[in-house]
Amino acid sequence: MKILVAVKRVIDYNVKIRVKADHSDVDLTNVKMAMNPFCEIAVEEAVRLKEKGVATEVVAVTVGPKAAQEQLRTALALGADRAIHIETDERAESLAVAKLLAKVVDEEQPGLVILGKQAIDTDNNQTGQMLAALTGLPQGTFASEVAVDGDKVNVTREIDGGLQTIALTLPAIVTTDLRLNEPRYAKLPDIMKAKKKPLDVKTPADYGVEVASKVTLLKVESPAERKGGIKVASVDELIDKLKNEAKVL
Amino acid sequence: MSILVLADLHEGQLAGATAHVVAAAQAIGGEIDILVAGEGVQAAADAAAKLDGVNKVRVADNAAYAHQLAEPMGALLVELAGDYTHVLASASTTGKNVLPRLAALKDVSQLSDVIGVESADTFLRPIYAGNAIATVKSDDVLKVITIRTTGFDAVGTSGSAAVEAVDFVADNAQSSFVKQELAQSDRPELGGAKVVISGGRGMGNGENFKLLDGIADKLGAAIGASRAAVDAGFVPNDMQVGQTGKIVAPELYIAVGISGAIQHLAGMKDSKVIVAINKDDEAPIFQVADYGLVGDLFEILPELESKL
Repeated sequence: MKILVAVKRVIDYNVKIRVKADHSDVDLTNVKMAMNPFCEIAVEEAVRLKEKGVATEVVAVTVGPKAAQEQLRTALALGADRAIHIETDERAESLAVAKLLAKVVDEEQPGLVILGKQAIDTDNNQTGQMLAALTGLPQGTFASEVAVDGDKVNVTREIDGGLQTIALTLPAIVTTDLRLNEPRYAKLPDIMKAKKKPLDVKTPADYGVEVASKVTLLKVESPAERKGGIKVASVDELIDKLKNEAKVL
Repeated sequence: MSILVLADLHEGQLAGATAHVVAAAQAIGGEIDILVAGEGVQAAADAAAKLDGVNKVRVADNAAYAHQLAEPMGALLVELAGDYTHVLASASTTGKNVLPRLAALKDVSQLSDVIGVESADTFLRPIYAGNAIATVKSDDVLKVITIRTTGFDAVGTSGSAAVEAVDFVADNAQSSFVKQELAQSDRPELGGAKVVISGGRGMGNGENFKLLDGIADKLGAAIGASRAAVDAGFVPNDMQVGQTGKIVAPELYIAVGISGAIQHLAGMKDSKVIVAINKDDEAPIFQVADYGLVGDLFEILPELESKL
């Protein structure tokens, strides 16, 4: 079985973001970028399925600017066999990405597609579900466990009230939650080897997909800053403040 | 304008989130219908009919919608969406699971986690874990939106909308329910609780979370946790507060043994009053806390419980 795994280049999760002075967007100049953490979990799961003999090939795909090839190389270093870069400098939103991925699914015919549940930049949590709808394949979102069993896969999902397990026919779309696995770090020899692995470059036009969206970003602002308060010296003082100052007790 | 709100259910009953989504729909303006879909959901439909400002409740009560699996739910929404300009759901795991399918099949974008309504086509939503707020305008013919419930006060329950059945039954041979393990608790639901007390890595282990129980009992609080505590296996995932867990905005939030990573702050910094208890006086949580108490939580918690 072939596994397709989608990755996204985003701001590193440790970086404190700044809003541009003209409020047009978040300032990403000279900011450390990395693979979206949920995508790392997706790559790890795909590689583990290959190591277990469930999968035979892992193909990584991304939609983004030329620099996003760094994240594809990371995926290759972590164990993906080859990569597809759909290059665009436009802001590709979830729907456009899902349309492009649907074309790749059509071409590659994977048995399983694994994506992160959300990217930590736009926090949309949409692409996997949209891809499932467009391809007509079943979806298992927010996965904390993925068990392939013959021609179906059982996915345990993190839902608001606890955990839910569903069975999906294959091929299927899975999106990862935090507890699915702990991604490994790429080793130096693997990083070197990754440079020689095949990486195809395509454009949205090659797939006949229009990236433009009908949603316009009007402005971006910093949220109201919360002012730090005071330190209290004792439990008695805390209770007094909560009762008489904050009036929440 | 005409708006369809997908009702949130919890074990077949109407969940509190729905009243917040209806409030968001009122901010947009226009006629508001609610869709209640599931199996054995007549009581939930009756409860939805009491929400203020609702025109009618449409009920799809069929085994096909049991457990609200994504594929049949998506098909049902596509079937009904033609009657509406906006389709809204809460940004719960159900709303997030189902709504993007509707958007994709209608070839429109989705706006996720909306916290403010400027007009019928312009909305506010947090990005980058809430460290920036984007104002976005949608020119799509159908607006598909998930609502962050903390952004809107719940509507009242003095309504009496009509309830009508939806006959459409979606086919689904692709996905099936196997089992679920839902946390059983007598405490208020995290998303709607007036007081939340959360534990972090500093709690040390799952057993020590019992130290929060007595305080939660006295305050009528829900108990939450940081990602670190969930990852460490102290407590189950449904207790996680943060960017990718639950977003809460109670009157009082008490963070115990939580350092305050930005991903955690994203889930609670809109709380009215924040209390932090931590032994590290440099912990970032103190920068957002109204009242900070530096010290050993194993001494502070029993004292707090006894004095409340």
